[in-house]
Amino acid sequence: MADGARLIPPPIAMLAELTHRCPLSCPYCSNPVDLARREAELSTEDWADVFRQAAGLGVLQVHLSGGEPASRRDLAQIVAAAREAGLYVNLITSGIGLTEERLTEIVAAGVDHIQLSVQGTRAETADRVGGYRGGFAKKMEIAEAIARAGVALTLNAVMHRHNLGELPEVFDLAERLGARRVEIACVQFQGWALENRAVLQPTRAQVDEAKDLVAEARSARAGRLVIDFVPPDYYADLPKACMGGWGSTGLNVAPDGTVLPCHAAQTIPGMRFANFRDLTLEEIWYRGPAFAAFRGTDWMPDPCRSCDRREIDFGGCRCQALAVLGDAAAPDPVCRRTEGRTRLDELLRAEGNAPDLEAARWRRIGG
Amino acid sequence: MIPVLPRGVRLHWDGVRATHVLLAPERTLMLDEIGHAILSRVDGVTPLSALAAGLAADFDAPIAEVEPDVADFLLGLAKERLVDLNG
Repeated sequence: MADGARLIPPPIAMLAELTHRCPLSCPYCSNPVDLARREAELSTEDWADVFRQAAGLGVLQVHLSGGEPASRRDLAQIVAAAREAGLYVNLITSGIGLTEERLTEIVAAGVDHIQLSVQGTRAETADRVGGYRGGFAKKMEIAEAIARAGVALTLNAVMHRHNLGELPEVFDLAERLGARRVEIACVQFQGWALENRAVLQPTRAQVDEAKDLVAEARSARAGRLVIDFVPPDYYADLPKACMGGWGSTGLNVAPDGTVLPCHAAQTIPGMRFANFRDLTLEEIWYRGPAFAAFRGTDWMPDPCRSCDRREIDFGGCRCQALAVLGDAAAPDPVCRRTEGRTRLDELLRAEGNAPDLEAARWRRIGG
Repeated sequence: MIPVLPRGVRLHWDGVRATHVLLAPERTLMLDEIGHAILSRVDGVTPLSALAAGLAADFDAPIAEVEPDVADFLLGLAKERLVDLNG
């Protein structure tokens, strides 16, 4: 159509990946396997410009992520620039690299909410997963500093085969740290996690137990702790709407200024992404070919095209279709209404006897 | 009962969509006129009853109808930790 822009809603949220640098080396990191180096990162001024443009476009919330955002020495200035642009600022951090002093600067700069990730609830398991000795103790120190500063805190626990047994303790830890929310996110198989899928994939029994525990905790802790639970895709029967629908609610800016419809989109072969250094966010959102590629329902193959859920899940996750079926334009293989599900079930069977965590490929730059 | 917006939850005017919104951790609520009228009176000092009385006067509506609606609205948000109800 001549002016498609009128039919495309403005984005609500933006993920700003400030850096790919991180002191941890979690084998399920959602960053691409080919990590951006420090020299390629956007400057403080660039980010301020990104935030102003994003707010002008309709973005209300920015999620400052990485890598580890605290690896940027200018993090407090970045937070201030985002607030100045009028955005709600959510900082997603492992806590490593933050000190009470830096936290005070970030709070003064106007951070609205902090999401602190944990790799487990016990030092030995958490430090093993993160590949960083003493990391858990540092996180606990910074969690206490966040509580003293009075900032809204969410505890993010990434769960997989090797730590799902600690789930009940995650709820306790969240409340002990004064978190109002906890996010239990089972590893999704993109980026480094895809490399380590066989090692990290939980069993069906683990997932069923986790669902029961979540339901119990939600009722026992109602009004105190809000629990968000993201079950692993492979054990679902119907796909999720990835990003609320491709190019419909959110965008992602990578450390080097590449603007992506989702954080894993760069795995899709043949897709070209615009850079913030060359075009405005508005041009990229409304007219960028990467955003148009899987937006809405026109791109859909059968059986999605005629499915009654086509505007509920928008065909699910493109990167998952690519990872499992080798075709980003295929229906999400999680969907039991599609042929691709057979392939996913084969994978689950084949990966039933998972190797130990030691077999994982640990995240590193220049891997 | 005194409602208060906890840290990390705040009202915001969305100029692009021309609407008031409530911004919170991982949540964005688009507010209608009534929702905004209620939340803009939540200041951590005014008790629920006084807040409802003020709304009833401004909207020229019976307090007996307004107060339970306001309480329901705020209790719903409190369950999601978007409002704290003190005292």
